[in-house]
Amino acid sequence: MHVHDYEKLWLGASLLLIVGFISTIVYGAVGAGVVMVNDEGGQVNPSELGNTTGFDDPGVTKVGPGEYEVHIVAMQFAFRPGTVELPANSTVTFYVTSRDVVHGFQVVGTNANTMVIPGEVSKLTVEFDDPGEYGIVCHEYCGSGHHGMASELLVKEPSNFTMQDDTQTQTGGNGTTNATATATGGESA
Amino acid sequence: MLPDNSFLIQYPHVSRVVRSLFLTAFVAFGVGALMGLFQALHRTNVLRLFDSTDYYTLLTLHGVLLAIVFTIFFLAGVFAWANTRSLDRPPVSKPFTWFWVAAMSLGTTMAGVSILGGLIPASDISADVLFTFYAPLQAHPLFYIGLALFIVGTWLAGIDWFRQFLAWRSENPGERIPLQSFMVLTTMLMWFIATMGVAVEVVVFLIPWSLGLMPAPNPLLTRTLFWFFGHPVVYFWLMPAYLLWYTVLPKISGGRLFSDPLARVVFVLFLLLSTPVGIHHQYVDPGIAEGFKFIAMTNTMFLLLPSLLTAFTVVASIEHGARQRGGTGYFGWLKALPWRDPAFTGMALAGLMFAAGGFSGMVNAGMNINYLVHNTIWVPGHFHLTVGTAVALTFMAGSYWLVPRITGRELYSRPIGLFQVVLWFIGMVFMSAAMHRGGLAGIPRRTAEPQYSQIAFETVAGSVGNLRLQMAFGGVLLFVSALLFLVNVGLTAMNNKPARGLDAALPPALSGPEQSPTILDNLKLWALIAVVLVILAYSLPLYSIVQGAGLYPAGHEASPAVIAPLLEVIA
Ligand code: HEM
Ligand SMILES: [Cu+2]
Ligand SMILES: [Cu+2]
Repeated sequence: MHVHDYEKLWLGASLLLIVGFISTIVYGAVGAGVVMVNDEGGQVNPSELGNTTGFDDPGVTKVGPGEYEVHIVAMQFAFRPGTVELPANSTVTFYVTSRDVVHGFQVVGTNANTMVIPGEVSKLTVEFDDPGEYGIVCHEYCGSGHHGMASELLVKEPSNFTMQDDTQTQTGGNGTTNATATATGGESA
Repeated sequence: MLPDNSFLIQYPHVSRVVRSLFLTAFVAFGVGALMGLFQALHRTNVLRLFDSTDYYTLLTLHGVLLAIVFTIFFLAGVFAWANTRSLDRPPVSKPFTWFWVAAMSLGTTMAGVSILGGLIPASDISADVLFTFYAPLQAHPLFYIGLALFIVGTWLAGIDWFRQFLAWRSENPGERIPLQSFMVLTTMLMWFIATMGVAVEVVVFLIPWSLGLMPAPNPLLTRTLFWFFGHPVVYFWLMPAYLLWYTVLPKISGGRLFSDPLARVVFVLFLLLSTPVGIHHQYVDPGIAEGFKFIAMTNTMFLLLPSLLTAFTVVASIEHGARQRGGTGYFGWLKALPWRDPAFTGMALAGLMFAAGGFSGMVNAGMNINYLVHNTIWVPGHFHLTVGTAVALTFMAGSYWLVPRITGRELYSRPIGLFQVVLWFIGMVFMSAAMHRGGLAGIPRRTAEPQYSQIAFETVAGSVGNLRLQMAFGGVLLFVSALLFLVNVGLTAMNNKPARGLDAALPPALSGPEQSPTILDNLKLWALIAVVLVILAYSLPLYSIVQGAGLYPAGHEASPAVIAPLLEVIA
């Protein structure tokens, strides 16, 4: 088969580019330690979340020094809890699942981003080094009220942080900033 | 008078088929573009004519009409023309051809009606599920049945083209497959494989479920089956554009295709690699192991190869054309190109945009960097460059060349055509750049509202308000351009002036097919390898998804829960 010299050159350069891209991703995974959301979260029954450990009372749990777990339930059209508070300098593992349809979960402005599929648990670990206020948005269309589905994540100075009451109850409301230790539901429509 | 060797005189019947397919494509394009305008104005808060809750009905219509109906009807028209022209013989059976045109049209009508039902509160019919229809969001059964019928129509179209080819083969044993026909056949083989995913999803799971006959299927499974089809479909959109770039663009620019063998290699690579990559749309899905995502990522990166090769061949062919027209110098040849011809300029601008879209696509494909952009408005920014411009603008430009050939009428206005393609380009620069930057600021896609009370989106440079204006402005330009296109083509169809110079022949390639090994034409072999690659890429992920939650896991309910199950209705 006749291949022109310029074509050969171009082919070589293209292959180099492709191998280069793959290498950067391998570096991202192995060197920088970026882990993809995977199948570690396991499965749940979306109608039985009230009886499923972690999702029966979604919110923040401290699991070690500087280490936290956050369980979040997505539903049409809110996240529970509506506000998540965490101290800075913490490593946080989110467990997110859906009670009804497919939703999305992104901490805006960060790379904490996952699909939320009913029956599956998305597990992702994120580090929060500095205090700040973040929005959480549902980024997958989930029904006619989709555009109202958002909540907040407050990363506080460790000195200002107190664990939220673990037996909080969910209330309606529009999830506005509220620096008390109780979470308000984010059922804004 | 039209010359005897013009397509219309030789194949009046196929010309009619192509006209009817194009008509549907253009109606879908017009309505879809209007929805696009509404969306661009609504979600930027510039002009709100609808309730935000209705936004998603319009968006479903936009996605389905443009990404499915416009693209695939136009493809069918181009392929019917190209297969006939290059084999130089008509399809085997006229009724069979009209049968698949009817199946595609009926399917489209059913799906369209079910979507529009969403705007009429009194009807129980709705399909506000967007063009991805992820279960357990549920549409009316009419939507899924229409979709299935449409897909079956495309299969029959493929069978029609294969029968036409086999008839040619029996008359021309041992000859190389003509290039355009080769492109049609490899693309359709890819399509047969790719649509297996969505066919199983819709026919086995969604239709019985929407009729109330079966429980809700595993949402991760149906999602995976969707993307099994959802990635290769983007190459299905692209292949007719490539066909025009490889075979028509060199002629318009006054030259010849640089290399026929390389063109064949490119289409074979697409057949092999288009499907085993779909999981890259699920990089951030739970329930799928990282290893499977990594494999999909690697395949995706290699899928860049045929597009990079295309960039070379197309530019080389254009340059050859320019030099034939007297162009000289390193870049001076660019001046010798027929820039006043909307068919040329439209395709050239489309190709340029495809390069930009390719780069944003490489970002999407980069598995770990995908975290940053997944489901942000960056993504529509990306695909309005690719399908929304590389494909759509090539189709518009190609129409300026092809419509006179299937109607026998002179193009109504070249200046309007030229203005229109340039306007599309400019409009897309505004809209798509704003979308990309908005995505980096974390603004989600598929949402009716520009603002969220709890969230401040922060851009790297410029304000979010500014980005919104640019997006709306670009959307308006695009809509005006679409309108001008439709008017120009409509007036062409009604033009009393007969077209001139419609020679059907396309110039042969500089390196002809005889330069390539005959194994390239062994379609059975490539189809077999493609199937094996798909099995390798998908059997383990599908197995583990079914192992995880099963086919019909407990606890899933349809939303909205308005459709009375068929059994209840009958009872
Ligand atoms: C008049 C020209 C157009 C305008 C103004 C326009 C505008 C838009 C806007 C603003 C969105 C984003 C909606 C959102 O995520 O909230 C969108 C989505 C989309 N557009 Fe366009 N668009 C145009 C043409 C096209 C063309 C030609 C195609 C394809 C051939 C196309 C395919 C799509 C698809 C597939 C989506 C995604 C729908 C979804 O997320 O379900 N658009 N368009
Ligand atoms: Cu949601
Ligand atoms: Cu949502």
